[in-house]
Amino acid sequence: MIAEAGHYALVLALALALIQSTLPVLGARWRDPALMSVARSTALAQLLFVALSFAALVTLHVTSDFSVVNVYENSHSLKPLIYKITGVWGNHEGSMLLWVSILALFGGLVAAFGQNLPMALRALVLAVQAWIASAFYLFILITSNPFLRIAEPPIEGRDLNPVLQDIGLAVHPPMLYLGYVGFSISFSFAVAALIEGRIDAAWARWVRPWTLMAWIFLTLGIAMGSYWAYYELGWGGWWFWDPVENASLMPWLAGTALLHSAVVMEKRNALKVWTILLAILTFSLSLLGTFLVRSGVLTSVHAFATDPTRGVFILLILCIFIGGSLSLFAWRASALKQGGLFAPISREGALVLNNLLLTTACATVFVGTLYPLGLEVLTGEKISVGAPFFNLTFGPLFLPLMIAMPFGPLLAWKRGDLLGVAQRLTAAGVAALLAVALVWAWARGGATLAPLAIGLAVFVIAGALNDIVERSGVLRLPLASAISRARGLPRSTWGTMFAHAGIGIALIGIVCETTWNSEYIGSMQPGDVAKVAGYELKLDGVTQRKGPNFSEMVAHFDVGLDGRPLSAMTPSKRNYPARGSSTTEAALLSRGASQLYISLGDTAANGAVAVRIYHKPMVLLIWFGPVLMAFGGLLSLSDRRLRVGAPKPARTVRGLQAAE
Amino acid sequence: MTRRQRRLTMIGGALAVLSVAAALVLNALRDSIVFFSTPTMVAEKHVPAGKRFRLGGMVEPGSLVRGDNLAVTFAVADGQAKLPVAYKGILPDLFREGQGVVAEGALDARGVFEADTVLAKHDENYMPKEVADALKKQGHWKDDYGKRPDDRAGSPGTMRAVQAGQGLSQ
Repeated sequence: MIAEAGHYALVLALALALIQSTLPVLGARWRDPALMSVARSTALAQLLFVALSFAALVTLHVTSDFSVVNVYENSHSLKPLIYKITGVWGNHEGSMLLWVSILALFGGLVAAFGQNLPMALRALVLAVQAWIASAFYLFILITSNPFLRIAEPPIEGRDLNPVLQDIGLAVHPPMLYLGYVGFSISFSFAVAALIEGRIDAAWARWVRPWTLMAWIFLTLGIAMGSYWAYYELGWGGWWFWDPVENASLMPWLAGTALLHSAVVMEKRNALKVWTILLAILTFSLSLLGTFLVRSGVLTSVHAFATDPTRGVFILLILCIFIGGSLSLFAWRASALKQGGLFAPISREGALVLNNLLLTTACATVFVGTLYPLGLEVLTGEKISVGAPFFNLTFGPLFLPLMIAMPFGPLLAWKRGDLLGVAQRLTAAGVAALLAVALVWAWARGGATLAPLAIGLAVFVIAGALNDIVERSGVLRLPLASAISRARGLPRSTWGTMFAHAGIGIALIGIVCETTWNSEYIGSMQPGDVAKVAGYELKLDGVTQRKGPNFSEMVAHFDVGLDGRPLSAMTPSKRNYPARGSSTTEAALLSRGASQLYISLGDTAANGAVAVRIYHKPMVLLIWFGPVLMAFGGLLSLSDRRLRVGAPKPARTVRGLQAAE
Repeated sequence: MTRRQRRLTMIGGALAVLSVAAALVLNALRDSIVFFSTPTMVAEKHVPAGKRFRLGGMVEPGSLVRGDNLAVTFAVADGQAKLPVAYKGILPDLFREGQGVVAEGALDARGVFEADTVLAKHDENYMPKEVADALKKQGHWKDDYGKRPDDRAGSPGTMRAVQAGQGLSQ
């Protein structure tokens, strides 16, 4: 009953989406307020029905109704409740339902909070949202219906893939989808603007908060996924340049570029056409990511879907939306008036450089991800493009970006003074040189690149702080007035500081982890001691334990430092009988930002356990950086001037951009 | 500067960045991509020692020998040819004899494949996609590899990959 209700709700949502994709467009064309306002009510109703459908699937999973194929294949009655819920999107059908639910959520948010949008723009934006939604509803209903029944219900389910039975699944996919799908809003705004043939600074003001929101979620989603892979897969890597990871990185890079170009458009009414193009590209890359993951076209860590009909269907969606929007862009972009002149050395110029480098870096990731696919289709030859390719292409492009990063926010709009900015950054430069010298001395030569990279990171962090220090006057004014000045600074200034500093902090983590990572791989008997980076790890013994739907072998380690006992660590190896598969549960011990990491291998006949122990210095900074960036985004989002639903801006923007 | 000069500066800058990127990509594509081979392809093509590639096939049953200090040797076969593989480290959770495997490394002077990464990257049929495709092409594909038990709704197989290797090697 619940399954049928869920299915029915989904069909109703499709019907509503079809209405929402046609009537408001006609309304916008005929300037008919009644037709245009259909968009708002259908968007909200559509959200309601998708939410019902999603709730139905969650209920089926929670109650372990194995007469539904999706539940049978991905659940088990003994599975803990949290994994019964997260298992809903731990499979292809459920994750697609989550995808459209989030799409409907964003549509509903625009409908609910977009009261002050011009009516025609809102109608068109919601219509474009509904086009995307209709395509994905059809996709789910035709190829991936999660509500299908089994004629003879089995008694027990086949359990969820053990790798996915982790709290990471509760957080990572929803975050990532909130990011991916969130970019659909800027896409819809861009397409609506192209249809209307009109775009102004106010448009950017509406788009920016939505883009920022999507970007925050995507940043957190990627960081979370990286940490999850790090502790769950058991070999201590945090980024593999895996096609599926690249699929999430590409929209992030394009989305970051979009955030920055939207600033130029909002403040200076320039880069309009480029911003529109970026909005289209960002969501296209999100769609591409969905295609890469969902079609199973690439064999990769995350590809838990393989079915050619689905692949073809998603490819079709991809072609229609990307091809359609780009054609619309080619046809209508010339109608958008260009405005806002600026010198190459200026805030705008710096943001153009940012965009240029980010999109180029994104393009190299694109080539590296799709080249093997193209080559296989054309020549049948199979190759893999791994970390070395990306280190050689992505790295050199990110380097100038990071060097330029502290300069950008200090340059004046329209015409900047590079020399003056360089003088203001002297302190940051000195700090960077000092860091290089200190690290180099501490590492006694050794790797030459690492101290330089850390110097660069310090330069980025100090450069980010520089603006706040100067503007609050903390070094030249009494503390009280400096604090009140700091509080008076726009939130977006603080946001920029945190986001930029976050990049530097992540870089420190990356450099330390890759350069000074120490590892021990060997087989250990109870009583054996392994020494890694000054820590002594003694294997105390191995015990067996029984979990709800698995049995596990737990190894007990005593960790000591300089002969003093410090802590205990218990890595384990789990066996899930329902699937006959096993997972390695690594044990982590955080010491400041560094971590000790133990994962287990096979047990030999004589009772020796294969053990892999890592000491990863500063590794937590890799994820702390993105969290800071997301926090910066959140601060920016809370800026009064940017708040969703802020009053319509005055026409002063136009007036400011007068003379060159 | 006139408007025209400014625009030219911008376009020039953009072209410079793009050409640098193109050069980087072409250079990296020449040096850092890794080809995939099966034992038969290795036998036919005569791959030089030291050239990195990915070897895929089935772990020959009975060939796995565990040595001291986590050294292992096994043979990878594809029905026509087989190739000895040496590896030191922890094998992935899903590594099993008679099942698919992908290893990355290079041949040494004796013709032994020295793997630094072993991937047991496959779905529930224990068959990596590359290996399945290669076996199909050579006509060694048995239909029963492709069938899963109790697959009622044609739902996706569950893909997972577990990698053993030194550090960040994929």
